[in-house]
Amino acid sequence: MILSLLPGFKTFMPLHHDHSHSRPHVHEKHPAGGTETREIKVVRRVLDANDIMARQNRKLFEEKNVFVLNMMSSPGSGKTTLLEKTLTHVMPDIRSAVIVGDICTTNDADRLAVSGAPVVQINTDEFGGDCHLAAHVIEKALDGIDLDAVDLLIIENIGNLVCPAEFDIGEDIRVVVLSVTEGEDKPAKYPLMFRECDAALLNKIDLLPYLDYDSQAAIGFIHQVHPGMPIFEISAKTEEGFEYWLEWLKSKVGAKVGPRK
Amino acid sequence: MHEMGVAMQIIEIATASIPKTVALARVERVNLKVGKLSAIVSDSLRFCFEIAAKDTPLEGAELKIDEIPVVAHCNDCGYQWTIEAPVFTCKKCTSGSIELLSGRELDIDSIEIAEDEN
Repeated sequence: MILSLLPGFKTFMPLHHDHSHSRPHVHEKHPAGGTETREIKVVRRVLDANDIMARQNRKLFEEKNVFVLNMMSSPGSGKTTLLEKTLTHVMPDIRSAVIVGDICTTNDADRLAVSGAPVVQINTDEFGGDCHLAAHVIEKALDGIDLDAVDLLIIENIGNLVCPAEFDIGEDIRVVVLSVTEGEDKPAKYPLMFRECDAALLNKIDLLPYLDYDSQAAIGFIHQVHPGMPIFEISAKTEEGFEYWLEWLKSKVGAKVGPRK
Repeated sequence: MHEMGVAMQIIEIATASIPKTVALARVERVNLKVGKLSAIVSDSLRFCFEIAAKDTPLEGAELKIDEIPVVAHCNDCGYQWTIEAPVFTCKKCTSGSIELLSGRELDIDSIEIAEDEN
């Protein structure tokens, strides 16, 4: 793939030495024929605008002493149930708020609102919009949350194992949820997501007796992609294994936020 | 899946990079570096770029994508290698303490503009 792109580069290289450099970083090409081509160095990250906004978000979270968790997964992995249960256990000790990203509907926000935590629903588009939450979308959603009264902000990203991994939103920590009804080799298929996250939750383990799922194989794949990644085998439904996840989350929140503000 | 948004960002950055001294500039090519570990599909991006470039100084420009391999460095034994399969442990000593030297790029390297001489 790369080789096929090289010829253009090669023809360009010799010309690099054929003329005097009147302007730095500007190179003329085939100057004959009344048209000249110049190469202008840009060297900028395409997602620069997002990165700048993410840094602003991070600074605000720092000032307001809020710990931010970005939760990602494929659709249907049980993120919302996991959040409902997590909120039940951490509140009111840890004052929590939630931003929920969905392409469509407010179903998740309605479910989470029952917990008493402030919930802001983001719909990226009415009919099949964005595949991820970007930093500026989070910044806008923060209008609906009093950060002074929040220790933990959980952002439930759009269900998608590809794009959200690419976008920094200013979070402190990223977790990926994988359910046992998905393939064991998902981590190998979506390495960026599993590389970028700080912990993995293997959800729906209550279903294991009914499935041909090899948890050890899944864990093996996760560690192949992200050696040493903490993995929590849980059932958000029965709360099996939940204590380890909660303990980990609380320790992370406590390390940043400290005792109650 | 977010290639259209990325294409629009490329157009914005590239347009801003055209020197103001150049009248009637036509961008012939945008040189992009895309790491193999980035969540971008090159063909989709080229397709989106072509559409998004309409009625901008980048209309008709070629989007040249240089795919950058995923190169890792082992913090324990110092070995350096190119990761081909999704296995991120050291090829030599199997350590999991590695650093990625490249492969996450999504950068505009340069633009090539054509100027008509009077």
